[in-house]
Amino acid sequence: MTKYSLLSLVRNAGRGHRDWREAWRSPEPKPSYDALIIGGGGHGLATAYYLASEHGLTNIAVLEKGWIGGGNTGRNTTIIRSNYLEDASSRLYDHAVDLWEGLSRELNFNVMFSQRGVMNLAHNEHDVRELRRRVHANQLNGVDAEWLWRDEVQAFCPVLNCDPAARYPILGATLQRRAGVARHDAVAWGYARGADRRGVDVVENCEVTGFIIRNGEVRGVETTRGEIRAPKIGVVTAGHSSVMATMAGLRLPIESHPLQALVSEPIKPILDTVVMSNAVHVYVSQSDKGELVIGAGADLYNSYAQRGSFPVIEETVRALVELFPFTSRLSMLRSWGGIVDICPDASPIISKTPVRGLYFNCGWGTGGFKATPGSGWVFAHTMARDEPHSLNAPFTIERFHSGALVAEHGAAAVAH
Amino acid sequence: MSGRLKSGGAIDRDEVLRFHFDDREYFGHPGDTLASALLANGVRLMGRSFKYHRPRGLLAAGAEEPNALVRLRSGRAAEPNLRATMVELYDGLVAESQNRWPTLRFDVGEVNSLFAPLFPAGFYYKTFMWPASAWKHYEWAIRRFAGLGRAPEPGDPDVYEHRHAHCDVLVIGGGPAGLAAARRATRAGARVILVDEGAAFGGSLRGNGQAIDDAPGLDWVADVVADIEAAADAVALPRTTAIGYHDHNYVTLLERVGDHLPRPESGQPRRRLWKVRARRVVLATGAIERPMVLADNDRPGVMLASAVQSYLNRQAVKVGERVAITTNNDSAYDVAVQLKAAGVAVPALIDLREEVAPALAERLAAQGIELLLARAVVQVHGKYGVKGVDVMRLAPDGERVSGEVRRLDCDALAMSGGWNPTVHLFSQSGGRLAFDETLGAFLPGTGGQPAAVVGAAAGRFDLAACLADGDAAGLAALEAAGITRKGRMPQGPAAEASTAGTPPRNLWQVPTGPGKAATAKRFVDLQNDVTASDLALAAREGYRSIEHVKRYTTTGMGTDQGKTSNVNALGIVAGTLGQEISAVGTTTFRPPYTPATFGAIAGRHTGLNLDPIRRTPMQAWHEAHGAVFEPVGQWLRPRYYPRAGEDMAAAVNREVKATRTSLGLLDATTLGKIDIQGQDAAEFLNRIYTNGWKRLGVGRCRYGLMLHEDGMVFDDGVTARLGENHFHMTTTSGNAGAVLSWLESWLQTEWPELRVYCNSVTEQSAVAGVSGPNARLLMESLGGDLDFSPEAFPFMTWQDGTLAGLPARVFRVSFTGELSYEINVAASLGTALWETLMRAGAAWDITPFGTEAMHVLRAEVGFIIVGQETDGTVTPIDLGLEAMVSGAKDFIGKRSLARADTARGNRRQLVGLLPEDPYLVVPEGAQIVERAGMAPPVPMIGHVTSSYFSPNLGQAFAMALVEGGGARHGETVQVCWDGRSAPAKLCPPKFLDPDGSRARA
Ligand SMILES: Cc1cc2nc3c(=O)[nH]c(=O)nc-3n(C[C@H](O)[C@H](O)[C@H](O)COP(=O)(O)OP(=O)(O)OC[C@H]3O[C@@H](n4cnc5c(N)ncnc54)[C@H](O)[C@@H]3O)c2cc1C
Repeated sequence: MTKYSLLSLVRNAGRGHRDWREAWRSPEPKPSYDALIIGGGGHGLATAYYLASEHGLTNIAVLEKGWIGGGNTGRNTTIIRSNYLEDASSRLYDHAVDLWEGLSRELNFNVMFSQRGVMNLAHNEHDVRELRRRVHANQLNGVDAEWLWRDEVQAFCPVLNCDPAARYPILGATLQRRAGVARHDAVAWGYARGADRRGVDVVENCEVTGFIIRNGEVRGVETTRGEIRAPKIGVVTAGHSSVMATMAGLRLPIESHPLQALVSEPIKPILDTVVMSNAVHVYVSQSDKGELVIGAGADLYNSYAQRGSFPVIEETVRALVELFPFTSRLSMLRSWGGIVDICPDASPIISKTPVRGLYFNCGWGTGGFKATPGSGWVFAHTMARDEPHSLNAPFTIERFHSGALVAEHGAAAVAH
Repeated sequence: MSGRLKSGGAIDRDEVLRFHFDDREYFGHPGDTLASALLANGVRLMGRSFKYHRPRGLLAAGAEEPNALVRLRSGRAAEPNLRATMVELYDGLVAESQNRWPTLRFDVGEVNSLFAPLFPAGFYYKTFMWPASAWKHYEWAIRRFAGLGRAPEPGDPDVYEHRHAHCDVLVIGGGPAGLAAARRATRAGARVILVDEGAAFGGSLRGNGQAIDDAPGLDWVADVVADIEAAADAVALPRTTAIGYHDHNYVTLLERVGDHLPRPESGQPRRRLWKVRARRVVLATGAIERPMVLADNDRPGVMLASAVQSYLNRQAVKVGERVAITTNNDSAYDVAVQLKAAGVAVPALIDLREEVAPALAERLAAQGIELLLARAVVQVHGKYGVKGVDVMRLAPDGERVSGEVRRLDCDALAMSGGWNPTVHLFSQSGGRLAFDETLGAFLPGTGGQPAAVVGAAAGRFDLAACLADGDAAGLAALEAAGITRKGRMPQGPAAEASTAGTPPRNLWQVPTGPGKAATAKRFVDLQNDVTASDLALAAREGYRSIEHVKRYTTTGMGTDQGKTSNVNALGIVAGTLGQEISAVGTTTFRPPYTPATFGAIAGRHTGLNLDPIRRTPMQAWHEAHGAVFEPVGQWLRPRYYPRAGEDMAAAVNREVKATRTSLGLLDATTLGKIDIQGQDAAEFLNRIYTNGWKRLGVGRCRYGLMLHEDGMVFDDGVTARLGENHFHMTTTSGNAGAVLSWLESWLQTEWPELRVYCNSVTEQSAVAGVSGPNARLLMESLGGDLDFSPEAFPFMTWQDGTLAGLPARVFRVSFTGELSYEINVAASLGTALWETLMRAGAAWDITPFGTEAMHVLRAEVGFIIVGQETDGTVTPIDLGLEAMVSGAKDFIGKRSLARADTARGNRRQLVGLLPEDPYLVVPEGAQIVERAGMAPPVPMIGHVTSSYFSPNLGQAFAMALVEGGGARHGETVQVCWDGRSAPAKLCPPKFLDPDGSRARA
């Protein structure tokens, strides 16, 4: 495996780039493994990577029904932040941010984690109260957070419409400077390459169609490429988690909704940070290519089809033009949808299940990209040790029975 | 040199239009696009590519153009990234080139080309990782190189509109197939909408000069369009692009109403977004020609053959003096003949195929055009414009070229690599595509919605077949729409059927020549600078799915969304992997078809029209009396009424004090009001609210709490029983819509057996709340038929009557903790009521108060505000409202209250909070901890929900949710915010009148 570096680029340039090896193999699945991950999104691939790198489990495979990263990983607006309200979530997401900071080097793959700051805007007194509450909680939890009043918001992001006479004027904003965006595809590819290098089989075009369960214990899966056995199976299938749970005879408190995003045509740099608003609902950043990356809201209906409705796009674009008036004459280049798995408390499930050896990591809903490294890291721990890490202990399935919910409706209200 | 012919073309030579491109002045004519006008002026260099900043000219003549992107107009009216091929010329047009510095000709960015070997596909994933924190510096530089045009200044001078429409048949594409369909449907009286993205109808007929019914094709086009325009229920929209095909035959159209003018006509929008619901859709979207992937195929002057033909026929522009042609199919032969006829030299037609139909060869021979079969162009010469091409013999396997290198002198190269049916909208509609090996293209397959795909969009390229196809689709659409045909149906149009042709030779990349030419770039995606070797590299590196290839190389991700590059890319990847194209897959096409202006999508819903503003009938009075407003949901509510010299604190203190000691007046109209009727209404409320409703007497009111299924408080309010089966519910102002939906969802999905009907009546009445110890005196002074004595009109009852001559319904309820009456009158009487109260109340110095004073007043007596004391995690028990929770009956959320964590004793509970510094109003949202000075992570035990200064108490006070707080009254905690902390004492959350006697007075 060639190490990626400027040097290796120069060396390969001399040879017409003919010698680069594949980033990950495309192996035939073996009949059995020590563990299986279902779902080749960022979370599944990260789980496999950390199982191999942290827990020495290398005879494992990731089974992906399509192409890796083709689910929400490759469809999201890539906002990364950890300014969540509850202690349990701020710890989980902040741990992920710690991992993000070293991820490109860890994987030897540039995931372009760009810490350009994320602002959450307040448009009314209620927003101000709730957002400041979050800032204060973040500060006490050691998560970086600042509160900006309107003038400071305007100074930090000059292209934002801070007119006090606006329909929903901006009163202030939270700012997390450590937060930012990353390159989504690179995360999937980087983890796949890292896992592959450690012996993990990344198997694409392999859809799981059923579980083999005996005496309350999982033994393997049926797939479109045959039966594959393993004593430990982690399911990381985002929008399809409830489908997978049904196959295993479980029920999850998850609803799947379409969530849309869109990009503008590329323009020269104009927006240097990430802006999110709940009341004027939109979230926006500018990609390195120059496109404005714009997140919409979730459609209200349940669906597994990766397309949303046009009214949601309209609402989003109104909000965009209102907050960033310069966009009125720019154009939408492309829009798409993903299927997000929403939990009643807007927090994930990273948990053992009543079926021994079967684990679920899901419910990330509109905002799980930011957690990718952390999610994989704790889920690998949970699978390897058959018990949760202290970071994900609060995120069990049982919490919906006990009522010990991790309510993040405020922090997750803007889909992101 | 390109230039204008003396005659021909659909331009008006009598009128001269002046325009500027990059500060130079040029002239054109009506009928020109910016692209054709520049060509006519001999301008070839129109842009720079994204990555290598290579000089670029036009590739196409339509919406698929990847290279010639310009910034049109300037300042606030500027619009970047417009395709010059779609910009209609008008007098005074100003455009500039993009992505170059300092000028288009001398672009510093071109140094990137020198380092091209270091910049293969995806190079950035492999580097810029050292040192660890340096990415932000690399990124800064990369971002400046990337991006295309500059954004305009904010403040768009134009407006945009939306229009909704329904029709029987929506025909997308006004070429021969679409026109034939529209003509058929219109004649039968169907409601027809015909759209075309071009400035005029005719599609391919505009560019290729074919005949229909033995007359020029454009005559037939004019007839059909005239027919449609004359029909009562049909409309023909030029300059209109179907951008999105959504579920249930819902299609969005973007009409360019004023773009072809210096500025939109007065009263007209610049663009209009149509939202069309069609019974049937006819997709007659035509086909887009494919470039050939050959060495240096990006040089200005290398163009699609159909574009060369289009410029020639539409605008009488010749793209060069000597135009070589290379093709893999029959369509380019016409181009050769027409060029020649226009006096342009055609040094040769270079066909990849081993043989062609003799008739074709003869046509060329008759014109004296040399035909080179089984030959390929292996190199294009010239940097800023084509100077010549090298031709070699192509081996039968297409993998190699051999023999002599023959240099042809030419100043342009027209190429045709085959045709891709425009299946984007079909794919958006949910249809699956099927790869046709012969055509080497994707055709519409199965699935999709009630639509027909006709003509070239369905892979039928012959004019006669297109006409027949369209005519049949028109008929089928009529049948599907249930329209019985009226009158005599005309004959379908006729055109000469073309002779059976030779299938194309699909060669996804043309081999390069020997020597230096071997490493020349063969571009696939011209805009994003993706070459054949980039694609091969991606496939070699394991990016096998076409989606991976796209994302890794960025092919097809430009503003043209790969209209000319996607299929070539697929072919090359399939070839590299040794797979069938169908196995590599196609990408799903996503809306919009071409980039869609945000302003048009937003329409009029911008600025103050972003969201409707709801105003109460008394709004004008509030404004006239200097109220400061705050948004509450869609409402604007008076927050306080400052008098001269008062700041907010002073005004609020005055309002609070006046209400407590004498008389205050609140506009309470915004409170949600829901009328609930039906024989099961009481049973329904019993299930919705935590407390019991069945025994509430008619004439009485009760406070209710509703929970979500999880046991958490969702809304509260006072509901009155108007009759045995009739209730009047009030909700919080911001939540009224959500509560109504909540009620309806239970009625419609869970309890359809209940006979209950809910109606929002919020806006039917205006509500004035009078509050204060002198409230009764005021009410009595108004005159009317109501007895306000405590015995006749006790607390928590309501009565109908006349008040100062106004028919009113009065509720004796209280949110301020004072003796209060909420007077409801018809909305139209709101101002009259308000003014009456102000006049009559003068005796007690009546003081209008806003939401801020209301908050203080209710907090003093410990009333909660949903959404402030609660946040979706708070139970009634947490609020100390266990008395509201019935043990006797079931209600929504009851079961959840018994869950282990929800029933826990030390949950966060509502407490009062008195800061030790009596003048310190701690911020709402401040956190509460046990001790000051701890290092993070600091355990938090609660947070401040409300915090005010009370002029009645003479001190600051707050409410908070604190772990186990109910049992900790008297203890001191620390309130923390922004690195500060302050001690405060916990107390019961009632600061005044704990037994509530004032309200009951
Ligand atoms: C439009 C949009 C915007 C978003 N924006 C943000 C944001 O800004 N910030 C943020 O943090 N989060 C965001 N999210 C959420 C985020 O994308 C997801 O939470 C996260 O990417 C989930 O990762 P994953 O690996 O769990 O799921 P996915 O990437 O969806 O991976 C699941 C995989 O499972 C596979 N699979 C499913 N069923 C089977 C089966 N039977 N057999 C085999 N494989 C199967 C799927 O093909 C898929 O590849 C957004 C989501 C969307 C849709």
